[in-house]
Amino acid sequence: MLRFIVRRLLQAIPTLLILSVLVFAWLRSLPGGPAGALLGDKATPEKIEALNKVLGLDQPLYLQYFKFLGRVLTGDFGNSLISGESVLTEIGRALPATIELSITALFFAVALGIPLGYLAASNKGRFLDNFTVIGTLVGVAVPVFFLGILLKIVFAQNLGWFAPSSRQSADIDATRVTGFATLDGLLTGEFDATLDALWHLVLPAVALATIPLAIIVRITRASVLDVLNEDFVRTANAKGLTGQVVRRRHVLRNALLPVSTTIGLQTGLLLGGAVLTEKVFVWGGIGSLLAQGIERRDYPRLQALILLGAAVYVLVNLLVDISYALIDPRVRA
Amino acid sequence: MALLEVRDLTVTFQRKGSAPFNAVDGVSFDVDPGQTVGLVGESGCGKSVTSLAIMGLLPKRGNRVGGTVSYEGTDLLTLSDRQMRDRRGRDLGMVFQDPLSSLNPVIPIGIQVTEVLERHRGMARKKAMVEAAGLLDKVGIPDPTRRLTEYPHQLSGGMRQRALIAIALAVQPRLLIADEPTTALDVTIQAQILALLKELVTDSGTALIMITHDLGVVAGLCDEVNVLYAGRVVEKAERHELFAQPRHPYTHGLLASIPRLDGARGERLNPIRGSVSDNIPWDTGCAFAPRCPNALEVCTQVTPPQEDIGGGRLLRCHNPVRPGTPAVEEVSV
Ligand SMILES: Nc1ncnc2c1ncn2[C@@H]1O[C@H](COP(=O)(O)OP(=O)(O)O)[C@@H](O)[C@H]1O
Ligand SMILES: [Mg+2]
Repeated sequence: MLRFIVRRLLQAIPTLLILSVLVFAWLRSLPGGPAGALLGDKATPEKIEALNKVLGLDQPLYLQYFKFLGRVLTGDFGNSLISGESVLTEIGRALPATIELSITALFFAVALGIPLGYLAASNKGRFLDNFTVIGTLVGVAVPVFFLGILLKIVFAQNLGWFAPSSRQSADIDATRVTGFATLDGLLTGEFDATLDALWHLVLPAVALATIPLAIIVRITRASVLDVLNEDFVRTANAKGLTGQVVRRRHVLRNALLPVSTTIGLQTGLLLGGAVLTEKVFVWGGIGSLLAQGIERRDYPRLQALILLGAAVYVLVNLLVDISYALIDPRVRA
Repeated sequence: MALLEVRDLTVTFQRKGSAPFNAVDGVSFDVDPGQTVGLVGESGCGKSVTSLAIMGLLPKRGNRVGGTVSYEGTDLLTLSDRQMRDRRGRDLGMVFQDPLSSLNPVIPIGIQVTEVLERHRGMARKKAMVEAAGLLDKVGIPDPTRRLTEYPHQLSGGMRQRALIAIALAVQPRLLIADEPTTALDVTIQAQILALLKELVTDSGTALIMITHDLGVVAGLCDEVNVLYAGRVVEKAERHELFAQPRHPYTHGLLASIPRLDGARGERLNPIRGSVSDNIPWDTGCAFAPRCPNALEVCTQVTPPQEDIGGGRLLRCHNPVRPGTPAVEEVSV
């Protein structure tokens, strides 16, 4: 197993390297540049040229790239052109908000999606199944942005059940420990802070969870239907095992294999969705760093963010492969 | 009293948009304690459906089961799902055709054996494991303690079928149903598995319903044989009688198509002409008539009734094969 993990991590290195070249070239091919954005109205060709020189952007691209790569290898992604701060510090500050949102959404999607998919499959063709299938079709089709705004208008502005935006109420003076608002409250005993954080978290998490939820329901349903037709399920029934043992031990375990792969592939979608959701709910996580970075052509920040996203994607899929190997002995060999 | 009495068993499949179809049509037979009864016929004649109906393992929807299946006087068809689960694995065991797909790929062999013991004997896992090792040993699996921790893909086809036999016999049911248990195996392994089955049922006095398309299997194993065609029993006889003197042209054809060890190399077998797709419905005549070398006009006009022709034999034919006709020379290709 350890060898498997090490091999997979080594395999990720060329992927990330190639991606770094692509990102580097792509950013610099965008119209406009950081100098123009920094100078704003006062930009003149001379001033832009001078600033580019200061930023080192006048050098040949390949030189810039190797300098960047050299620094990255020592763990230095450079400083943000907007704030002047190290981009890793910036990201480190914003990351907990995004992780908290994404994990909550993923938790919703998995914890609801698998049982719902199972229920639909075992009631195939009946009302519950048809209802679920139609529901998931709608779920996949609704844009995150639109759903976010809709939820906000209905449940925050009209009904007032949940907070419309931000991560915490202004009057809550929470102590920051990990940066995860819900967790910090529990750690410090400020339970009102945790409740307040949850009150803020629900709507964005639901908005972000919808598409992955719909996809997980569909995959689980299809997968369970496949497994129910398998010979070994018939064997399990022929042994006289109780329905519960057949379902848990024989059907679900096998049905979860394709589901776990899907969850891994969802990560990319989830990260993209998180950026949009954060925008709608003024969440202030990685999303706002990214949006601002794109607007202002903040090369160092954008490079770090995109590579970070890719690394997360690779890691999550590694976790998925590990869990796959834990469930299925055939791939362990 | 017979251990199992199947009376007028009829299984009708109803598919949306197509006419109801009797896969099994008024099948009756008895199985005495310790007796081995064969159900023989070409693929699609309703052998598996018969066995699944007895086991209560047909799909919950889309079919109707008629007749009675009494096990020691209790009609299994009237039992609830719960009551049937108590009996399956305990009173009736079953071995299926494809040992690879009939075992759960992601669960160790040991658990797949012990779960029956836990279910029906209330054994604890540890104790059941010891028992399971003994069972694997009994079915001829070498190094059983190690095999318990292995997964199905790590065993050979023959070993897997042995494991399935061990599972089916774990709780010593009084009746075992084996549905083409050797069809998916290599020829050399087939003989071993048949020998094993024979030994086990003889030693324990278990009654066996042996389902096969291969009269060669019947020859070595069965006391009594039911020949099925298109869902109906067309001939029933004690084994020696059937081989010595097949009366139904279909049985006759089946016998002629057995490869003979003493036959010259390259000698052509005599398959029955046509295929099941040529069948006519039973209610218009004899389903086999279009393929039958003995067919008369009456065969396509009147359904042949099942007649007792003495010596415990039953026959459903308007123009049976005359006693004394040798099998090989008669059948045309
Ligand atoms: N679940 C099902 N739904 C509809 N038709 C079925 C089903 N299972 C079997 N059949 C049909 O019943 C007939 C008998 O099948 P089966 O008992 O499996 O044949 P075999 O003698 O080869 O075991 C076949 O025509 C098959 O297509
Ligand atoms: Mg079959």
